[in-house]
Amino acid sequence: MLQLSLTEQIVSVLSAVVLFSSFALLAQVRLVAAVHAFAWQGALVAAVTALMATVGSEPHLYFSAVLTLGLKALLIPWMLHRLIRRLALDRHVETIPYPALVILFGAGLVLFSYWVVLPIERLGFAATRNVIALTLAVVLLGLLMMVVRRQVVSQVIGFMSMENGLFLAAVAATKGMPMVVELGVAFDVLVAAVLFGVFFLQIRESIDSLDVDRLNRLTEAETE
Amino acid sequence: MSSVLPLSGIAVAASLLSGGIALFSARLGRTAAVLSFSLLGVAAIAALVAGSAVLVTGATLSYELPLGLPWLPWRVRIDALSGFFLVLIGAVLMAVVAYGPGYVRQFEHGHNSFAVLGGFSGLFVTGMLLVIVADDAFFFMVAWELMSVSSYFLVAFQHENPANRRAAFLYLLMAHVGGLCILLSYGILAGFGGGFAFDLLRTAQVDANWATAAFVLALLGFGMKAGLVPLHVWLPEAHPVAASHISALMSGVMLKIAVYGFVRFTFDLVAEVQWSWGVAVLAVGSFSALLGVLYALMEHDLKRLLAYHSVENIGIIFIGLGLALIFLGTGHRLLGIIALVAALYHTINHALFKSLLFLGAGAILHTCHERDIQQMGGLLRRMPWTGLFFLVGCISISALPPFNGFVSEWLTFQAALQGFVLDSGVLRSLLPVAAAMLALTGALAVACFVKVFGVVFLGQARSRQVRHAREVSFGMRAGQAWLAILCLLLGVFPTVMVTLMDAIPRQLLGAGLSQATAHGWLWLTPVSAATASYAAPLVLLAVAVAWWLAAMLLRRGGIRQCDPWDCGFSPPDPRMQYTATAFAQPIRRVFGLLFHIDERVETEAGIARHRLRVDDRSWGLFYEPIVRLVQGCARQVARLQSGNARAYLGWSLGTLLVLLWIVS
Amino acid sequence: MDSVLSPAAWLLAGIQALLFTLAAPLLSGWVKKVKSRLQNRRGPPLLQPYQNLWKLFGKEALVAHTASPVFRAAPYIVFSSTWLAASVIPLIATKLPTAAVADVIVLVGFLALGRFFLALAGMDVGTAFGGMGSSRETLIAALAEPAMLMAIFTLTMTAHTTNLSSVVDHTLESSYSLRPSFLFALGAMLLVAVAETGRIPVDNPATHLELTMVHEAMILEYSGRHLALMEWAAQLKLMIYGVLIANVFFPWGIATELNLGSLAIGLAAITSKLAVLGIALAVSETVLAKMRLFRVPEYLNLALLLALLGIFSHVILEVGA
Repeated sequence: MLQLSLTEQIVSVLSAVVLFSSFALLAQVRLVAAVHAFAWQGALVAAVTALMATVGSEPHLYFSAVLTLGLKALLIPWMLHRLIRRLALDRHVETIPYPALVILFGAGLVLFSYWVVLPIERLGFAATRNVIALTLAVVLLGLLMMVVRRQVVSQVIGFMSMENGLFLAAVAATKGMPMVVELGVAFDVLVAAVLFGVFFLQIRESIDSLDVDRLNRLTEAETE
Repeated sequence: MSSVLPLSGIAVAASLLSGGIALFSARLGRTAAVLSFSLLGVAAIAALVAGSAVLVTGATLSYELPLGLPWLPWRVRIDALSGFFLVLIGAVLMAVVAYGPGYVRQFEHGHNSFAVLGGFSGLFVTGMLLVIVADDAFFFMVAWELMSVSSYFLVAFQHENPANRRAAFLYLLMAHVGGLCILLSYGILAGFGGGFAFDLLRTAQVDANWATAAFVLALLGFGMKAGLVPLHVWLPEAHPVAASHISALMSGVMLKIAVYGFVRFTFDLVAEVQWSWGVAVLAVGSFSALLGVLYALMEHDLKRLLAYHSVENIGIIFIGLGLALIFLGTGHRLLGIIALVAALYHTINHALFKSLLFLGAGAILHTCHERDIQQMGGLLRRMPWTGLFFLVGCISISALPPFNGFVSEWLTFQAALQGFVLDSGVLRSLLPVAAAMLALTGALAVACFVKVFGVVFLGQARSRQVRHAREVSFGMRAGQAWLAILCLLLGVFPTVMVTLMDAIPRQLLGAGLSQATAHGWLWLTPVSAATASYAAPLVLLAVAVAWWLAAMLLRRGGIRQCDPWDCGFSPPDPRMQYTATAFAQPIRRVFGLLFHIDERVETEAGIARHRLRVDDRSWGLFYEPIVRLVQGCARQVARLQSGNARAYLGWSLGTLLVLLWIVS
Repeated sequence: MDSVLSPAAWLLAGIQALLFTLAAPLLSGWVKKVKSRLQNRRGPPLLQPYQNLWKLFGKEALVAHTASPVFRAAPYIVFSSTWLAASVIPLIATKLPTAAVADVIVLVGFLALGRFFLALAGMDVGTAFGGMGSSRETLIAALAEPAMLMAIFTLTMTAHTTNLSSVVDHTLESSYSLRPSFLFALGAMLLVAVAETGRIPVDNPATHLELTMVHEAMILEYSGRHLALMEWAAQLKLMIYGVLIANVFFPWGIATELNLGSLAIGLAAITSKLAVLGIALAVSETVLAKMRLFRVPEYLNLALLLALLGIFSHVILEVGA
């Protein structure tokens, strides 16, 4: 049994909840609810960042925390929300074939990520290696979400939640990335969100749907 | 002690003789059947006594037979593990002996004569006994093939039916592929050990990779006989078509002989086990358990359903064996012993309750000539004793306290929960997941046996034959009663059984399980008293007291018979009852991915008919590709068959040249 | 094991089991009362369940002529196995000798035994509703049982024992720490408890709409003292899950020594914990609507996922390698 300090315990609990929110994203078939889950995930990541800032007395992490909260918990969810309303997708319910299987596969990914990070030497912060296992799982789960979902909006959410995982890993492992990188990434994400919004409207106009499987028709080979 | 070898000799001789006498049934008539079964009874008692003597004293006896090859005489050895399986064979055989004479009465007339059935039954039992006592790979394989071939004839007994012939052929094919795998795995060990005697195999210095290869072959070979998924396909075909007391022997005992072979191979003959083998066995066992019970839930032929449950229970046994391998491979000997004992305990439990259930199914078949449970119903009132014993079997197989199935699953859970001692984090989290699969299997088994007992014995009869069912003869009931009582005893006095089994790990692994019974006969404490304890006699006592109290307090007040209420709808008739298909429908829907479901509504002349077929996916996934491959190869080879005699001679010339080139 | 030899401990265990049985109707009365208040109704009196039981015990039992002996034996078996399950759980004090007789896996086994006979009783008379209830009940149980066992395994892996009394003792003795695995296990356990006790959103104990019933459909044919035993067993089951959640996840207050003072504190503690849980259940039953049957597997998948995450986070975050 590891003996953890209180901060480490809280970080562990929060990152476990982040992992759970990834599963919630994976299984949530209603778009609006998925956006909400994504907002919660952003808020949790921001909370972990703020906590690390207090413990490590790294002032720049406070800034990251505020940035994360503002961007991922408030601004982007709000934009997605507006987009969903504009596209009249509020009541859209997606069908995932074999949800239980997807969840099971996700659970397998968690174990796999743990197995992958096991060789990492113990770092100064006792819980770090274990938290990195979870963040890697969050990244993989985001990717899995992009694989199993057809809706473009949920694919974007999956993409953003991958970014959440990476960010959390950076915070846990190295007390955050250099300020410049962080700002750049945050800006990238924002731009991506805006671009995606424009992109959705374009797709919608040209193929009259947001189902990415419809894009199969763009292939050169005649499939049908 | 010195009487053990003669006793086992008597067991083998008596079973052989019983087969011989059956051949004269045409001349002796009914006497032949009675004599033949009496001799099997002698064999059963001899095996029981010899086996328990070995278990109690913990001795090992060996003997060299004056048979076999000049340079490889057949050797016999009886140790605690053999003794345990002798007890298992004896216990089930006793029930079959009591049950058989009544059951085979239906075969006395007509061309399905008792001569074939009894003759091959005797050979079958002989083969199983010889496998248990064999002490060299050659003798083992001879006994193994004797067992396989004689059981093939028992499966093909009612060969007028093409489905039975097909089942028997499939069985023979799988048994031979399995036998080949076993032979090869012994061959690998023998190559390192320099001989086929088990003593030489034990001391062989096997290279780790070759050992893994031998292990994989053994798992394939014994797994094929035991019915592990996906090698199980022959089992639901072959077991149901044999006569019911033979089905009981096949499902109850023959599968256990495969378990015996696997345990003998991995825990005795192979010097060093590797934990990765355990992971493979655990995974295969978990999937067999889960898929077995799910396919059983979808099955409505009573005997096929029970055969699928054998797949489930073999899976549970292999979960225990997998845990044992993991613990032994990582150096936790004590926990490995607990898991091994749990697996062996479940082995004997399954032998008892599965034979009991097959005998019950046979009793129903005997009196109603019906195997489809959708045609049954209300049998409890027509066959109260069979119903009671069948209920005991259902409770035992569903792993409910205080019967025997629960004890062995409890031990398996306890072993799995000790996973925290392992160093590898991934293994540590896999073990509880395997335990959860076991829990899911157990809960689904409860669902399945609610279905079986509810549809077969409760409610109202759904067909005419079933409505006129009668209770079976005394002998047939006695056979079931014997097994039912053993099920209860093994559930209530687990400490006695564990003490008896103590000699097995002591001989195989060099340490016993003394801490499990350290707190007296009342308490079963596998790891330590602080970790977990179970007092089965007290549980039974408490159940009895609680029941008695409730019944005493509530005795006043009468009972009035009336029509069913059913929310005030019209009086229910048998066709309004929930059927087995309906009962299993929610589970079919939830686990739909695992089945191959063909459901359609066909309209014919204005009448709509609902058709539903639920199949095992393993045929499509594993076997059809192999079949296609074999057929494709055969077609390629067929090109050689030009029909021209000179071309054939040319092939011969070519072969001769190549051979000479290799030899030179 | 030392507690096994002490007569005082056995006496206390007996009293606890009795108290468990007697208090069970009160808990369901309390839930009903709170729920009524939340819905702006006055609701039945708190002691109404006792009156119902009393009334039923005094009545003649009607048995359909198509019923077999299983139908008559089932209420006794269901009640006694549920009661045995209850007697294993520490209610006001730990170090019970009964917890050594049967650990938590046996407890699950007892509940399964009760369910087995309950489902058989549903199929016995041969009505369509009974079979429907049994089929649904076994489906729900099949999915809920692994989730519950995994949630419990998370705890037993922390405490290294499956003896419930020792699990509680271990939680009390170890220094307080935030554990994600406990959080997940608690979530799973709450979901399972709702499903297994047949509450909204899985089943509705107050319904008599034929097609939505699960538990009620199985006991549709029962009357008189048989019905009373079945209902009492259902109330006991609610209490069992309540006490399990209250004492295993929040054990503070339970008596670890056998003196009058700490026992009184233990009694007060469990009463208040159950009262709070009852309010929580009433609130959730008020705000949620019953699900379609085929949504229930999704709900139980969530419980399974939580339990699985509990085990993973225990292994990954709490033990380390």
